[in-house]
Amino acid sequence: MQNINRRGLLKTGVAAGVLAATGLPLRAQMTRGGKLTAGLSGANTSDSWDARTHSDIFMIACCQGAVFDSLTEVSADGSLIGELAESWEATADAKTWTFNLRQGVTFHNGKTFGADDVIESLQMHLGEESKSAAKPIVEAISEMIKITDYQVQFVLASGNADFPYLMSDYHIMMYPAGMIEEAIASGIGTGLYQVQSFDPGVRMTATRFADHYKGDSAGFFDEIEYIAINDNTARMNALMTGQVDAVNRVDFKVEALLNANPNVRIQEVTGNQHYTFPMLTGSAPFNDVNVRKALKYGVNRQEMVDKILLGHGQVGNDTPIGPANPYYVEMEQLEYDPDQAKFYLQQAGLDSLDVDLSASNAAFEGAVDAAQLYQASAAGSGININVIQEPADGYWSNVWLKKPWCASYWSGRATEDWMFSTAYEAGAPWNDSQWDHPRFQELLLSARAELDSAKRAEQYGEMQMILRDEGGVIIPMFANYVQGLGTSIQTPETVGNLWQMDNGRMAERWSKA
Amino acid sequence: MDTVLRIILQRLALGLVTLLVVSIVIFVAVNLLPGDFAELILGQGSTPEAVASIRRDLGLDQPMVARYFQWLSGMVTGDLGTSFAQLNFQTNLGGAGGVTVIEQIAPRFSNTLFLAGVTAMIAVPISLILGVLAALYRNSAFDKATNIFTLSSVSSPEFFMAYLLILFLAVLNPILPSLSNIYDGMAFSDRLNKSLLPALTLTLVVMAQMMRMTRAAIINLLASPYIEMARLKGISPIRVIVRHALPNALAPIITVIALNLAYLITGVVVVEVVFVYPGIGQLFVDSVKIRDIPVVQACCLIFAAAYILLNLTADILAIISNPRLRHPK
Repeated sequence: MQNINRRGLLKTGVAAGVLAATGLPLRAQMTRGGKLTAGLSGANTSDSWDARTHSDIFMIACCQGAVFDSLTEVSADGSLIGELAESWEATADAKTWTFNLRQGVTFHNGKTFGADDVIESLQMHLGEESKSAAKPIVEAISEMIKITDYQVQFVLASGNADFPYLMSDYHIMMYPAGMIEEAIASGIGTGLYQVQSFDPGVRMTATRFADHYKGDSAGFFDEIEYIAINDNTARMNALMTGQVDAVNRVDFKVEALLNANPNVRIQEVTGNQHYTFPMLTGSAPFNDVNVRKALKYGVNRQEMVDKILLGHGQVGNDTPIGPANPYYVEMEQLEYDPDQAKFYLQQAGLDSLDVDLSASNAAFEGAVDAAQLYQASAAGSGININVIQEPADGYWSNVWLKKPWCASYWSGRATEDWMFSTAYEAGAPWNDSQWDHPRFQELLLSARAELDSAKRAEQYGEMQMILRDEGGVIIPMFANYVQGLGTSIQTPETVGNLWQMDNGRMAERWSKA
Repeated sequence: MDTVLRIILQRLALGLVTLLVVSIVIFVAVNLLPGDFAELILGQGSTPEAVASIRRDLGLDQPMVARYFQWLSGMVTGDLGTSFAQLNFQTNLGGAGGVTVIEQIAPRFSNTLFLAGVTAMIAVPISLILGVLAALYRNSAFDKATNIFTLSSVSSPEFFMAYLLILFLAVLNPILPSLSNIYDGMAFSDRLNKSLLPALTLTLVVMAQMMRMTRAAIINLLASPYIEMARLKGISPIRVIVRHALPNALAPIITVIALNLAYLITGVVVVEVVFVYPGIGQLFVDSVKIRDIPVVQACCLIFAAAYILLNLTADILAIISNPRLRHPK
């Protein structure tokens, strides 16, 4: 069971679930006890223990990271392990999935966890009026069957080999059946920490739950305190003066000051978070593949990484699949080439191209600057980009998905299918490039139901190639997650790269130094 | 005393009209901002169906005028309603009840009052003493130094003063915490300790006006014949000022103090954000960000009411301190 990496694990296919039973790898160096105080951004007065509404790190760290559990969990190295599910298996068509649940798990109010809780927790996302962001995931389940108290079967409308991954979504938490309302009101989960106080948009405190099923392998702190500090300067100050042990989203401008402080270190993780410029490929001029190609060659990606991310990232290759994904393929990098851009413009039958690019820093920090860099680098090829600075408020409703070309971002997903079906599948609500490519769509559907890893690798490889060469989303850069830690805290060698702060699970995985 | 009573009633009636106007202005202004609660709360994850569903649940699909009058009718009966954030949360659960705006604001407002109280305890005595001393030793080096110090501190932006204090008192000499995250059930001494840096920042901001007004009002009186008389009697300069000049200078000083106290309640948004102090200012900013109109309205009404009431108090105290106003011919 040693040295299981993500790919190796996937090759073992659906049997991977069995691994979960063996528990987490040993972390002998972790010390038990003490308190974790973290200053996190992304908090809001509208926050609650309703995981359906979660979208930012503060509540993800509180909910999935500490108080509640999901069925499955993406571990720090990217492999999928069981959390409340012990193991799972699928039929050959990946349509019927059976989950074996962990026994002897109790909620913080003493209720025993079982199959009813799973079914009711999933049903929360359904219904006409549901505003849950996980609705598409749960809707794909056509039938939920309780086989025994500790075994649940899901019948999917169509095969999905990544289904267990979807069950690790931070929106899909396990609540106690019959008292979900109460559980949401006061935060009753099965997680490592039990809520002591919660003031939305201000602060959350919790203490370690005694006799937790994860035992000695996780949850090393006696208590945790998460303080909402949305203001960048205040958050950096709190870390500098040692009032918090950890902060998320380090402000690059003060990085040098943090580095100079002997009590602080900066942790940088390369993940799947990427900044994008999606164009609506359903309408002119972006429906012409040559125009898209001209734009791909007209952007200086390295310059954006250097100037917008100040080096904290990697160049993108116009696919949303990054090194953190299991089927990532290394392809030839798209380079800045004004002559090629000009060539493809001529192929499109144009001497010059005038396009509007809408941007706002709501899309990502520095989006307007990035658009202006794009404008400057493309100008030499006869592409005249008119940068429109949009208001940050209402950006996602009024600009994104509506304006022909704009700035956006994705935090990335654990699996290829998850990412593609969210933003690249024909007809998906968040398909921000109106991407509808017959071959791509065909591959997407067949890879989804494919349990053979080698075949999937081939299919996902081809899909990444299609997106690089023809895709409607310019992805110039992958941005690192950069977090600041006090020397009072230690982390395991491998830190999760799906989300900030070790996938939000610092209360579970980190400890006092 | 009849005059005083009449003035109070008159002012209170005028105050109500002011509150009504404020509520209309705020309501319209928040509605003019791009985006509404449904769009902002859903963010990138918004779909037209989800936005429409939230709007329907919260009544945001009603015309603006209808929504305003709905809010106003609740307001008149003392019901400030429930915040959109809470309402949305309830409809998600399919339940009713939950935290009302008043319950949401109350703890935050008491935190703000605590900070204002601590600041006033520090700022008012210091500025009065400095003002009196500056008047006593006017045009001396002390007078000039005090003026330069207070004027420069009031001229710098609040956040700059806050960062300077953090730099000197929290980073270079770690005496005070830079994070003022006070919470319920905290010991009073801890609470005081955590609130000290924001209180000092605010003190620097409000001191100048009170100190300068004290000084000016006293100096103004020092030219009057009765002060001349007191001096000729051989009374010491400090006694002349404290016993003879100060009582007559009280009216303008009280007005300025009241104005600054009102500022401590309504204008502390920046300081609260910098120090992460969970006061009403932070709540206000958070609520404007998600266009949570019931909370924004309630905060604005509290701010406006604080101004009106403190001004009224100042005027009444000014009348009481001046016998000529107390007994008009």
